[in-house]
Amino acid sequence: MPQVSLTVNGTQHTIEVENRTLLVEALRETLGLTGTHVGCDTSQCGACVVHLDGVSVKSCTMLAVQVDGARVTTIEGLAAADGTLHPMQEMFREHHALQCGFCTPGMVMSAVDLVQSHPEGLSEHQIRDGLEGNLCRCTGYHNIVKAIAAAWPLMHGKTQAAAE
Amino acid sequence: MPFEGIGASVRRKEDVRFLSGHGNYTDDINRPGQVHAFIKRADRPHAAINGIDTAAAAKAPGVVAVFTGADMAADNVGGLPCGWQIHNKDGSPMAEPPHPVLAIGKVRHVGDPVAVVIAETRQAAKDAAELITIDYTDLPSAATLKDAVAPNAPRVHDEVAGNVCYDWHIGDKAMVDAAFAKATKVVKLDLTNNRLIPNAMEPRAAIGEWDTSSGDYTLYTTSQNPHVIRLLMGAFVLHIPENKLRVVAPDVGGGFGSKIYHYAEEAIVTWASAKVRRPIKWTAERNESFMSDAHGRDHVSTAEMALDTDGNFLALRISTLANMGAYLSTFAPCIPTYLYATLLAGVYKTPLIYCEVKAVFTNTVPVDAYRGAGRPEATFLVERLVDVIAHDTGKDRIAVRRQNFIPADAFPYQTPVALQYDSGNYQATLDAALKAADYAGFEARRTAAKARGKLRGIGVSTYIEACGIAPSAVVGSLGARAGLYECANIRVHPTGSVTVFTGSHSHGQGHETTFAQLVSAQLGVPIEQVEVVHGDTGKIPFGMGTYGSRSLAVGGSAMVKAMDKVIAKGKKIAAHLMEASVDDIEFADGKFTVAGTDKSKALAEISLAAYVPHNYPIEELEPGLEETAFYDPKNFTFPAGCHVCEVEVDMDTGVPEVVSFVAVDDVGRVINPMIVEGQVQGGVAQGVGQALLENAVYDAQGQLLSGSFMDYTMPRADNVPNIKVATEVTLCTHNPLGVKGCGEVGAIGSPPAVIGAIVDALRDYGVRHINMPATPGKLWSIIQSGRPAMAAE
Repeated sequence: MPQVSLTVNGTQHTIEVENRTLLVEALRETLGLTGTHVGCDTSQCGACVVHLDGVSVKSCTMLAVQVDGARVTTIEGLAAADGTLHPMQEMFREHHALQCGFCTPGMVMSAVDLVQSHPEGLSEHQIRDGLEGNLCRCTGYHNIVKAIAAAWPLMHGKTQAAAE
Repeated sequence: MPFEGIGASVRRKEDVRFLSGHGNYTDDINRPGQVHAFIKRADRPHAAINGIDTAAAAKAPGVVAVFTGADMAADNVGGLPCGWQIHNKDGSPMAEPPHPVLAIGKVRHVGDPVAVVIAETRQAAKDAAELITIDYTDLPSAATLKDAVAPNAPRVHDEVAGNVCYDWHIGDKAMVDAAFAKATKVVKLDLTNNRLIPNAMEPRAAIGEWDTSSGDYTLYTTSQNPHVIRLLMGAFVLHIPENKLRVVAPDVGGGFGSKIYHYAEEAIVTWASAKVRRPIKWTAERNESFMSDAHGRDHVSTAEMALDTDGNFLALRISTLANMGAYLSTFAPCIPTYLYATLLAGVYKTPLIYCEVKAVFTNTVPVDAYRGAGRPEATFLVERLVDVIAHDTGKDRIAVRRQNFIPADAFPYQTPVALQYDSGNYQATLDAALKAADYAGFEARRTAAKARGKLRGIGVSTYIEACGIAPSAVVGSLGARAGLYECANIRVHPTGSVTVFTGSHSHGQGHETTFAQLVSAQLGVPIEQVEVVHGDTGKIPFGMGTYGSRSLAVGGSAMVKAMDKVIAKGKKIAAHLMEASVDDIEFADGKFTVAGTDKSKALAEISLAAYVPHNYPIEELEPGLEETAFYDPKNFTFPAGCHVCEVEVDMDTGVPEVVSFVAVDDVGRVINPMIVEGQVQGGVAQGVGQALLENAVYDAQGQLLSGSFMDYTMPRADNVPNIKVATEVTLCTHNPLGVKGCGEVGAIGSPPAVIGAIVDALRDYGVRHINMPATPGKLWSIIQSGRPAMAAE
């Protein structure tokens, strides 16, 4: 079986995987990082989004062997080591942007990348557009959009909410 | 009863674990020595099984065992039971054909489980399942309601003539017919309620484990009601007594009804875990969710309203065909009857109602409750009919509603279809919603949209629903095979913190917070010191679970009762410690006080005395401070309200966009407004999904075409508008909290508001009704074929 070396949430791992093992399977089953979820089998739902070298990817759409040498951040690695939540996590909590919590890890990881990649600001339209790849069945998205808009100024060190 | 602090938007206690990836969902659990199951399912809608060859699969790498229906039958495994029996018009019981866990003799829908492969890894099990050969003889199938009721239709079950599960009715047909004979005007509407696939984001999963030492079974499962699963699977399927079976439903990623039912896979992994003597995990792939989770809705109806000269509703007559799918799911028979027809009065004083419902088997996935369950179907029918009445009689649809509303001073109000509404104020929610939506200013927005090439319309729905399910004796008389009370245990620990054990189950509703608020308010304990435990039959005395917006109204009421008992006992302890009469002890804000004095003891002092009973009335009182209560509701609760939707339809493409949505709901007393708002918004998104996007589609043979997220249109962030939510409050009169329930109002009230808006947008194109989903193609065709009166402009 192929060996893959990767850094996950700052920790170096070398794991054996099948050729066909998906990144999400390696994370969940081999490394025991069950915060990343599998909600579909067609790369539609986005519950499995993680950051690969700082960019969001659907970890069900990558083979584990493709990430050899890469740096992966999962939802477990987003908060500070002392448990202090990332501003996006804080804003999701503040704005009740999660209910059952199943889509949440992927939603948060997508949202972080969305905000990071838009330093110029984010309109509500852009946020909704940017969430196209993440399904939520509980919230109706309303509060997720609010949370992301509220996280933008916190993440970019600005005081004004960009979405307004 | 002190309820200070209730009404605050307390941030959720459960959020941090979900936000940091530390939720504990069934598929996150791995048991020592665990193996994996993969289910071989029917790839065709209807076929006789001549033989199943599992030899090659059994020899495949990593395979531990392969089982078929014959193996389960040989072990005396029962079929999946149905929890509700409906009776036909003639009093005979409904047809209740067997529902084998693994198919025996025939497969009846795409996705019907035929065999299970158990292997060291999920992939090995899946690979081996490819090696199973099933010798089928295809049979003609009944894929739709229309096909199934056609003369000489293929029979889904050989023993069920005409595929009719039951032919049921409610109301006085003779009186209704007489009213129609005398009516000045009759308005008729044919409509369908589209079939939906629930699609909770967490696919179903189950882990069965048999303890070789004790012989006990444990089932971890994605369930909304673990005790019900224990009861059904233990008593009817696997014949395991309750004391030997523990069912755990840990964090569950959404349910919307689809995780109420007892499913085959739960029985398969539990039974097989003892066979192979290892824990077995099964997790659905999403394509399996599409073809094995119970679907929702799927009604075809004709509705007629008899009117007098002044436009008063005289009588309502309805005939409905309801799809049951291939087998009866756990609560399927009650959905198109007691959760549907009993709501057909809506918010109107229609004096006479008659409804007949024919429930029909088809070669499709079983249909059962999906968010709202029967009530969205009733609401869609009534509210669409009211709009069409306004259209056909040339009246204003708001005026038609106001004229026929049950007035605010008419409660309790007995409807002609069994229910007695306890409270409500439909004018108030209508007024508030119209104001919030600026209904009066709409025509200016319509005109402005026209200039942009958009057809803008506004729709209104004034709905009611029945929640807080339900008085056990009542539902028992209607065919329920279970009681529908709830249980709560309140444990005050020696140092004064509190654990609540509830039979309700949270799968997104925020119970860990709302229930903690209740306890904090009533016992005066800081919310951080209240822990809510749910979802484990090994910890919780009993429970009927969460569905039908019942958790606060029934589960919360059970907590209030249990806390009343805690306080009553605490008063006796306090009286002893403070050398006062029990009658003089008052309890408020976490303190027992001797009335008229400054003598008081905190709850923690009382609980410490209860567990360290050195100075204690031990002759009269047992030590400890823990109480259990069961609450059986006296009536349903009746949330109601008004939803107003505005849409714009692109004149060139037919693409509809919901541009504004206002919901004003009366859900009774609100404990946590933030959570209520979130529940309504989520429900509205599902209602918008039903109205514009979602549709389960089978081909003529019964192959599921909308079998993945590539084919079934789930609402995405850019399909749903911001949803403005407000509440008006009339208290429920018969539960101690005055609460009604908020989980389903969004999905119930919204579809007719959306369709009303679409029809209004297309008012110049000669349409009076459009069935759901109102897809761009459907709307484009209407725009193209219609010759609007104003088209010449």
